[in-house]
Amino acid sequence: MKTVTLTLTNPSELFLEGQNITPDNFAGKKAAEIAALDVWEGKQKSPLGKYFSVEGDGGATAAETKIVLRGDCTRTKRIGQQMTAGEIVIEGSADMYIGGWMKGGKIHVKGNVDSFCGIGMEGGELLVDGNAGSHLGSSPRGEWRGMQGGMIRVAGSVGNDTATFINGGTIVIGGDADIHVSTHGEGGTVVVKGNAKGRVGGQMVKGDIYVYGTIENPLPGFQMVGEVEQEVDGEKARFVHHIGDLGERHPVSRGKTVYANLYTRI
Amino acid sequence: MSELLIKNGFVFDPLQGIKGDRMDIGVKDGRIVEAGALANPKTIDAAGMTVMAGGVDIHSHVVGPKVNVGRLFRPEDKLFKSPLKRCNRMEMGFSVPSTFKTGYDYARMGYVFVNEAAMPPLHSPHVHEEIRDTPIIDNAAMPVFGNNWFTLEYLKNNEIENNAAYTAWLLRATRGFGIKVVNPGGSEAWGWGLNCEHIHDPVPYFDIAPAEIVKGLIETNEYLGLPHSVHLHCNNLGNPGNYTDTLDSLRLAEGYAPKNEFGREQVMHVTHLQFHAYGGDSWKNVESRTKEIMDYVNAHDNITVDMGQVTLDETTTMTADGPFEHHLRAGNNLKWANVDVELETAAGVVPYVYSPKIKASTVQWAVGLEIALMSKDLMRTFLTTDHPNAGPFTRYPRVITWLMSRAARDATMKTFKWLDRTIESTSIDGIDRELGLYEIAQMTRAGPAKALGVSNIYGGLAPGMDADVAVYALDPESMPSDPAEIEKVFGRCAWLVKDGVVTVRDGEVVAEPAKRTVWVDVKVPENAQVQRDIYEHFLRHYSVKLDNYSLFEEHLHNPRVIEVDTTQ
Repeated sequence: MKTVTLTLTNPSELFLEGQNITPDNFAGKKAAEIAALDVWEGKQKSPLGKYFSVEGDGGATAAETKIVLRGDCTRTKRIGQQMTAGEIVIEGSADMYIGGWMKGGKIHVKGNVDSFCGIGMEGGELLVDGNAGSHLGSSPRGEWRGMQGGMIRVAGSVGNDTATFINGGTIVIGGDADIHVSTHGEGGTVVVKGNAKGRVGGQMVKGDIYVYGTIENPLPGFQMVGEVEQEVDGEKARFVHHIGDLGERHPVSRGKTVYANLYTRI
Repeated sequence: MSELLIKNGFVFDPLQGIKGDRMDIGVKDGRIVEAGALANPKTIDAAGMTVMAGGVDIHSHVVGPKVNVGRLFRPEDKLFKSPLKRCNRMEMGFSVPSTFKTGYDYARMGYVFVNEAAMPPLHSPHVHEEIRDTPIIDNAAMPVFGNNWFTLEYLKNNEIENNAAYTAWLLRATRGFGIKVVNPGGSEAWGWGLNCEHIHDPVPYFDIAPAEIVKGLIETNEYLGLPHSVHLHCNNLGNPGNYTDTLDSLRLAEGYAPKNEFGREQVMHVTHLQFHAYGGDSWKNVESRTKEIMDYVNAHDNITVDMGQVTLDETTTMTADGPFEHHLRAGNNLKWANVDVELETAAGVVPYVYSPKIKASTVQWAVGLEIALMSKDLMRTFLTTDHPNAGPFTRYPRVITWLMSRAARDATMKTFKWLDRTIESTSIDGIDRELGLYEIAQMTRAGPAKALGVSNIYGGLAPGMDADVAVYALDPESMPSDPAEIEKVFGRCAWLVKDGVVTVRDGEVVAEPAKRTVWVDVKVPENAQVQRDIYEHFLRHYSVKLDNYSLFEEHLHNPRVIEVDTTQ
């Protein structure tokens, strides 16, 4: 695997649209060619090299390309958008849409990320050591086919509207979640290891949510059905099992109605 | 203005009966002229190419409030599908494209006239504002009458003369083109949470049945002698087993003859017939009944139809058939928008995915093609996708390819998950017919222009007509063996001349000639009762005042008025 190191030397005045910073776009390119790729600052297009110094060449394919971003990327958006393979390491924090519509590969952010990260995700892995903003692993605006697969792991807390319209894949949140988790969900798993504020699983049809802490305002559409022991994220624990959202339609599979499951840890 | 000579092309003009003769077409001052009448023309070399009049679309939802609702509530329709700025204005969207993309894409396909299929009268200013913003193509828009309180009251009492006076007033107030009828009575019943599935179901409160509404409007239309006929979206759209209701609706035209000065020969245009030709009693056993429907249509000259071909895409359905959209939402559980327009109509919008993996979709695909392939008169059977309901208009080239090539149909059918059951439930597999370019010209230009009553302006290449000429890089003497090539050629015409201006070249828009709004101005004798009725209704029931209702002149963009005088 070959490593391309981007160091932010000349920070932009406006936010940078960095959707070209992906292993797919860097693969097969020399450092100079990578520096010539387009980024947008507002409506103006500039070469990547205007803001970042580029060291190292891309690998032959996306899978053989690793990108390391250094410097303060809190004003750089869309890193790793639509990537299919390879690896990105962001040494500090980054802005919105990191790993959006990602299909494969791995992104590791050592700081925080802003909103809309991992939206429309189909595969791959997104790791965030700090906190994430709103709409983490959510569906793009208007879209009813949300996260399809892959793994998002946030060590800290997240904002609101996590995993809207989730269809598959897993999101593990180490800290707390703000309102709206898995709204309209039709599959997938969301684990909140801290507390959840409320509206957890609203209009959810299918899928699982685990909350280790408390839910400040639980929804009346969920009904307790018993206690279960389950293995979650590598550890076994006992949970209270709720089904819902009872106000929503539910498919019938093999004669049995399928509900969404909400587990709260005992 | 400059002169143009389109030389040596294979010309297809069904209005003049020209079937692929190698001819020159002359253009001068925005009109077609005899090729010999030109002094010093610029030449377009069309040797080895197909030359037709600019395309005419009889039924497409391209402008107005429900289209805009579709644009607003489907941002995902634009995501990663918005091309770069290739022309003057930004293009975006797929199933509900922006006004700019609509105009450009129609032009790229060689179309010049598009008839907006349903204009809610109250929102006509919005319709006309969007017409202004849709570049290049000429537009007309049909106000909806089938659920209008005035119409229901007049027709209940069989007051054709009064209804005609009201119709003339509304056409002028909205700068409309003709009489559109959507689910007659059913959309009004929707205000009561009901529907009219059959043509004899009474409309609540008004106590009139859809059959009487349709017959009354046909009588009104012929009383006035409008260029276009009644344009009907039948009751019970999209439900298995609805073909009997459709046949009932078709029979309503029996005994009526066209009366007009525009060369129109039908009294009823039945739109998106594909949605109305299903047998069976559920989506499990749905089957094609196209044969019964087309046997009837083939035998009755006073009816024209269009296909409403399903293109197997993800699209956005939108119609002034409010109850149908609610029904559809209950089926696919996607987002739904519903609008009630006071005394006039009700519309709904729901996204829909037609998939080759779903039997219902593939049966619908077959039914649409059967309509054209079973037609004995393609001057009365037109190509549409009921854009965007059965698919976006940008798929017309693909529909043309399916119609022209059995191999293309077979290739598509190979992708069907339920191929055997689709073949069982339809007769598409037994049809070997392949349409030729002359028939495609009938279905996409000459026929629609004639049915709309504008065949003296659009749809043909006779001297004196608008100089709207589309040239496709297709040699009729050596048609490509790969059907995909046909699709490409019709999607990006080699040349489009609109009003004598070279507008598209090699599939790219190179100029944006002024577009027009076509509307019908009907003179009727003064009718004091109707004027009082209008005044009273606005006073009592409308949320706007009468003075603010009629379209202001500044909304009307570059009008082309077709005048009808009934006072003579």
